[in-house]
Amino acid sequence: MNALPALVCVPLAGASIIWLTDRLPATRRSGPWAITLMTLTLELLLLLWASFQGTSHQGPWLNHFSIPWVPPLGIVFRLDMDGLSLSMLWLTILLSLACVLLTTRHIRDSSGTFHALLLATISGTVGTFLATDLFLFFFFWELMLVPVFFLLCGWGHENRYRAAIKFFLFTQGSGLLMLLSILGLVIINFQETGILTFDYFVLANTPLSPLLSMLLMLGFFIPFAVKLPVVPVHVWLPDTHTQAPTAGSVILAGILLKTGGYGMIRFNLMLFPEAVERFAPYATLLGLIGILYGAWLACAQSDIKRLIAYSSISHLGFVMLGIFSVSPVGLQGAIIQMLAHGLSTGGLFIIAGAIQDRLHTRDIVTIGGLWESMPRLSSVGLFFAIASLGIPGLGNFAGEFLVLFATWSVSPFIAILATGGLILASVYSLKLVNGVFLAPSSSRAEPVSDFHAGQMSILGILMTLLVILGLYPQPIMTFSLPSPATITTSNSGKNAS
Amino acid sequence: MAEILLSLVVVIPLAASVILFLSAGRLSGFLIGAIACGAISLSAIFSAILAGLLHSQLSPSLHVFFWEWMRTADFSTGIGFTLDPLSLVMILIVTWVGLLIHLYATRYMAGDPGLARFFGCMTLFVASMLLLVLSSDLLCMFIGWEGVGLCSYLLIGFWYTEPANLAAARKAFIITRVGDAAMLCGLLLLATEASSLQVDTLLQTVTAAKISQSALTFSTLLILVGTLAKSAQLPFQSWLPDAMAGPTPTSALIHAATMVTAGIYLIARLHVLFTATPLVLTIMAVVGTLTLFLAACNALVQSDLKRILAWSTVSQLGYMFLALGTGLWQVALFHLMTHAFFKALLFLCAGAIITRVHHEQDIFRMGGLFRTMPGIALAFLAGATSLAGFPLLTAGFYSKELILSSVWNASFFLAPDLILSGHVFWVVALAGAFLTSLYISRCFLLVFMGKAKTHESGQTPLLMAIPLGCLSFLALFGGMMEMPDALAHVHLFTEMVDPAHALPSADEPLWLLLVGGGIPVLGALLAWIFWGQRNPVLHETSDEPAPPQTSQPVPILAACLLPLFRIPSWLGRYDFPARLSKGVSILINGMNTFALQFRACIFMNVSHQTLMTLRQGNLLMAYTQNGRVRWYAAWIAGGLCASLALAGLT
Repeated sequence: MNALPALVCVPLAGASIIWLTDRLPATRRSGPWAITLMTLTLELLLLLWASFQGTSHQGPWLNHFSIPWVPPLGIVFRLDMDGLSLSMLWLTILLSLACVLLTTRHIRDSSGTFHALLLATISGTVGTFLATDLFLFFFFWELMLVPVFFLLCGWGHENRYRAAIKFFLFTQGSGLLMLLSILGLVIINFQETGILTFDYFVLANTPLSPLLSMLLMLGFFIPFAVKLPVVPVHVWLPDTHTQAPTAGSVILAGILLKTGGYGMIRFNLMLFPEAVERFAPYATLLGLIGILYGAWLACAQSDIKRLIAYSSISHLGFVMLGIFSVSPVGLQGAIIQMLAHGLSTGGLFIIAGAIQDRLHTRDIVTIGGLWESMPRLSSVGLFFAIASLGIPGLGNFAGEFLVLFATWSVSPFIAILATGGLILASVYSLKLVNGVFLAPSSSRAEPVSDFHAGQMSILGILMTLLVILGLYPQPIMTFSLPSPATITTSNSGKNAS
Repeated sequence: MAEILLSLVVVIPLAASVILFLSAGRLSGFLIGAIACGAISLSAIFSAILAGLLHSQLSPSLHVFFWEWMRTADFSTGIGFTLDPLSLVMILIVTWVGLLIHLYATRYMAGDPGLARFFGCMTLFVASMLLLVLSSDLLCMFIGWEGVGLCSYLLIGFWYTEPANLAAARKAFIITRVGDAAMLCGLLLLATEASSLQVDTLLQTVTAAKISQSALTFSTLLILVGTLAKSAQLPFQSWLPDAMAGPTPTSALIHAATMVTAGIYLIARLHVLFTATPLVLTIMAVVGTLTLFLAACNALVQSDLKRILAWSTVSQLGYMFLALGTGLWQVALFHLMTHAFFKALLFLCAGAIITRVHHEQDIFRMGGLFRTMPGIALAFLAGATSLAGFPLLTAGFYSKELILSSVWNASFFLAPDLILSGHVFWVVALAGAFLTSLYISRCFLLVFMGKAKTHESGQTPLLMAIPLGCLSFLALFGGMMEMPDALAHVHLFTEMVDPAHALPSADEPLWLLLVGGGIPVLGALLAWIFWGQRNPVLHETSDEPAPPQTSQPVPILAACLLPLFRIPSWLGRYDFPARLSKGVSILINGMNTFALQFRACIFMNVSHQTLMTLRQGNLLMAYTQNGRVRWYAAWIAGGLCASLALAGLT
């Protein structure tokens, strides 16, 4: 028995069940929601099982699955799991559970389609984190994007079409580059060795000239950079996050952006180490620009969701900085930062969505004084805001510190400038707190309802995770380092389950 | 046993704050106060027990290690506590003064709808402060360091319906955050160089000279910037007076007694690093001296009671930095302790006065309060004389005298062949002491003497009066444990804090002591001449500085002495550093606006151009598909000809 294919397939199965039951006229309105919840619970159990299942083989890879898919082209349905994938999967499942529990229940119009699309996205993300066949990886990469496009179009806010087109153009256009790069790598490998394969572990050993490896590396880098996002190609993100429905924003910011960071670690760093080494100074610079530019623009926003979106750009600049410091410390920092950012920004988007549902506005200037009417929502919002400004003791600080520490040994100057991002982070976070939760309360006609105990306990879990990540990140640091591509699972291919 | 007690000292206030936050207003006001005070008093009792244990034990310090925080190949940091005499003094101050202020606050804040939030923040503050003090690792200390800043932010903005309070809270947090960022850089540099931030390890590394001098200088300089921001020294001074927007117990606890002195404590803890970098010590002394003088000038022209005290805090912190700059950190710590006593007392008195006179804070609208509230007046007098440093009777005298004499004997390093004598600093510090006495006497005379200008009502409840009494006692007699050699040979404090290194016993001339003791009295006398008589020489209102009234002749003596007030008050009113920082902020704002517009222009232009190009291309393509058969035929024919020609020619 192997949990990996089930992890990928269960959400897809859930999506098809929802799609089927949606045809039946007799289903209850909250039926799709309940099915989604069950699917995700099942997924959680599967993940628990996958985490604690004893590994059958030695080595850093925890689990492995493969069956042939398109034998003539050497395409294999191959999934491998190491600590990095596992921690990303936990983030994915926990955050999507929280998101479904908190934000999607009230969706009225064509709730079935919405949830089916959501599950499809989750399935694509899980696949992306597991696939070790490049073709399969590309398949999941696309599977993840298309449903998001429809989610945006169908359930977004006032300016959704423009945002959706922007999102689609950027991600799809850059995805094409990745496809080219994958094909290039496969063909070169075929010419060199005579074996046609898309296998990650085989392709990792392809001999490449410096120029070619740089070109192929860039082919992978650009789509990941778009996804992360890195500054010159970030323009889709603020619009998309702002216009997406709450669940979409949470999934996008909390999980989908992490596929960019994951891809950079798994594919850029592991497949083309020398090219990355040469490219690192430029990438570091891009990361630094991202940190400062994102934070600076976040300070100038007056739309809650837009502010959070720009703060994401700033936080993920740290991820970029950590990855391209090309050191284990930086990598650990980047991973911690990704997890912490997923939790804190996901939480902030949940809060922003809750505010929008209640007050029908996202404008910081008109909202104010929520503490009086909604003390619980406000205190949770305050917690996530100070987490995102990097208070030591919470997850973001641990990540940022490790990244800065790694960067310092590369270039103290860049590290000092990146620390400036922390000052700006306090400026925009306090703008959010001062403007939305504190401030004199604006006069509102209708009374608003605060979070109830159930919602609070879900958010409490997210907050506890952030505290644990901040105060005791050591297990995750040692556990989640990516396994090198040169060490394959034992006798890869032969022991197909 | 001792280890458990040590962790409980921090854990109990933390637990109390979690309980108070989670209770979300379900507890009664009495219960909230009881939980908060109970937690702090347990913490205080435990720290007293720990003091006894540490005193009786042979080992000079106590270590507890909890868990490893982050470990990488060439760096590791852990969460753990160290209790040594230095941190012991600090936790005693934090818990006991904190307890008195909490007791006071239960009555002061009674009936406020946000009571649970208030005490939650206060206990969280005490927990963070204790964490800051006890941490054995600098990165762990940084948790407390940022935690106290956060609590300060939350408490300054406690009454959040007033936009001014929120602005003050944000200002305080962001300015200190700038310093924190510098400090983080300093820690990163130290971590890279020494591969550990464990305080003991760091000190050993430095004494073994394993760190290059330049790296050490830079890191201490960066840490110094962090502490300057936290302690509101130049050029970061402007947040502290604004921070008085918070409830008065907050001002007493956070912005007078403990948080703002965290930087002093940190430098004292790392004194080995700082003595290895004499240039940084000189910078510290210069900043401290400038601050103590300019802040005293500022205090002289304030009309808001709490703002006077705030500027006075800035000024007294300047004294502490000056003392640290001489390298004698015990002296700074002694002043830190006495300052905690008398400044907390002054703030609590101010709070009691302000509630009694219906939230009037302007000292020019008070007056004659001695008759109606003699108890508070006496307590205020105890605090004020201690702040001014009245000789023999007050704690402030002993600590300030110690600073002055050590500054007189010190010398400051500028360059290898350029040593600055301490006498220059001594003169400025003495001028500062004079101004201190002048402004606090002015405050006392205007508030308690003269004609009554305000209605006063109510009684100060017992729960508020008891802390005032205790603090008055400490403010008067808390300094007796350390005396100048000329008076008596008592050095209890410095011997306790650092048994290994006694203070260098300098054979200072007696006149130094006399001058140091006489100056405060002189200042008070001058204040009495200006403001104490039936017809004060100086009539100032809060709104505008009125010239001395011409209707009645000014006594010759007073007219001669007037410049002693005029010059510093001009300095205070002109407030040069504030203007500078205002200029900087205007500059930043301008740059920001420009950059945003620039960005908007570029992005608009690029996207517009792309759109136009696409549209033109689209038109061009559409033009070829116009649906006219003859055009298509012509294209086909033309293409055929062209390809034939191409084939024929090649």
